[in-house]
Amino acid sequence: MNKMKNIVEMNGLTKHYFRKKALDQLNLTIEEGKVVGILGPNGSGKTTLIKILTGLLRQTGGEVRIDGHKVGVATKSIVSYLPDRNFLYKWMRIKDALKLYQDFYEDFDEKKFEALLDFMKLEKDMKIDTLSKGMHEKLNLSLVLARNAKLYILDEPIAGVDPVARDQILDAIIGNFRENSSMIITTHLVRDMESMLDEVVFLKNGRIVLTGNAEQLREEKGKQIDGIYKEVFGA
Amino acid sequence: MEFSSSLPIYIQIMNLIKTKVVSGEIDRGEKLPSVRELSKELRVNPNTIQRVYQELEREELVKTQRGMGTFVTEDSLIISHLKQSMAATVIDRFFREMENLGFQPDEIKKMISERFMEGNE
Repeated sequence: MNKMKNIVEMNGLTKHYFRKKALDQLNLTIEEGKVVGILGPNGSGKTTLIKILTGLLRQTGGEVRIDGHKVGVATKSIVSYLPDRNFLYKWMRIKDALKLYQDFYEDFDEKKFEALLDFMKLEKDMKIDTLSKGMHEKLNLSLVLARNAKLYILDEPIAGVDPVARDQILDAIIGNFRENSSMIITTHLVRDMESMLDEVVFLKNGRIVLTGNAEQLREEKGKQIDGIYKEVFGA
Repeated sequence: MEFSSSLPIYIQIMNLIKTKVVSGEIDRGEKLPSVRELSKELRVNPNTIQRVYQELEREELVKTQRGMGTFVTEDSLIISHLKQSMAATVIDRFFREMENLGFQPDEIKKMISERFMEGNE
C-alpha cells in the first residue's frame, strides 16, 4: 500500500479579528483524492478559513501548508477557488471570462471548459449581466472545475440556486472530480451535499467540534450527516 | 437517490445492488457500471462506490477483472444463498414489528394463513 499524500495540513491555525477569535487552533489534514465538507452555520468561521487558504487573509497564529507550500504565489497556481459571490465583470461575455482564465491560469483546460459549458447549457456569446443567479453559479463553477488544480475550494456552491441548477451543479462536481486532487466544499445545505463527501468537519464558533470520515460517523451515530448536523448545531 | 436510513451510504447502495441481483433485474455474469458511472448516476462520492464494489467482492457476489470491469458472479449458489438471507432479514423485521404491536407467534401465524386463504379465493 502506498501512503496517501496530504494536500492540506493545518496546525494550530488561529485567526483573531481584534479580540474576537474567528478561528481557534484548527488542526486538519486533507489527503489526496478526498472531498471534505466544512459544515457550519453562518459565522462559524468557514469563510475566514477559506480566505486564509486562498491567501486573501493571513492567519494570526499556527501554520497551513498546501501541497507542502506555505500559502502564497506557489499555492495560488494550484488552488482553484469558487467564491460565494460573483467575480466576473458585468461587461464581459462568457468568451471574455474564458480568455481571462486562460491568461491567468496555466492549468486551465479549454476543452474541459467547453464540455462543462455544454453540459450547463451555456453559450460563449452570452453576456454576464444577462445571466440568472443559477447561470452565474454554473458559469463560475465551470471556470473553476476547468482548471487542473491540486485543490478545489467551493464556497457554498449551491446556495440560492433553483433545484434544476442545483442538480446540474452537483453532477458537474461529481463528474469532474479528479483522483490526484482534493476538494473542500463549504455548505450549510448538508442534505443535498452529504453523499458527495468523504470527510466532514463541523465548525462552530471557530473551533472544530466534530470531524471524521462521513461513513464512519453515520455508522457510529446511526444517523445521516444531516441528522448529526442538526444535533451539533441545534434546531 | 435519497439516502435516508440510519445506515452508511455504502451499505444502502450494496443493498440496492443485492436486491437487483436476487430479483433478476441484474443478470448473473452481467457487467456492473464503472465506479465513475455509478458515482454520477447516484450522485455519490466515487470513493464510496469503490468501497461498495470492494465489499461486494469480499462477499463474493461480484468479481473485478483488471481492465475489464466488475461483474456479477456466475455462481447461482451464492445468489440463492443471498436471496435466502435477505428473505430471513425481511421476516425477522416483520416479526419484530408484529411483536412490537403486541402479537404472539400463534396469532401471527393465524393471521398469515388467513391472508393466504383470502388470496386463494
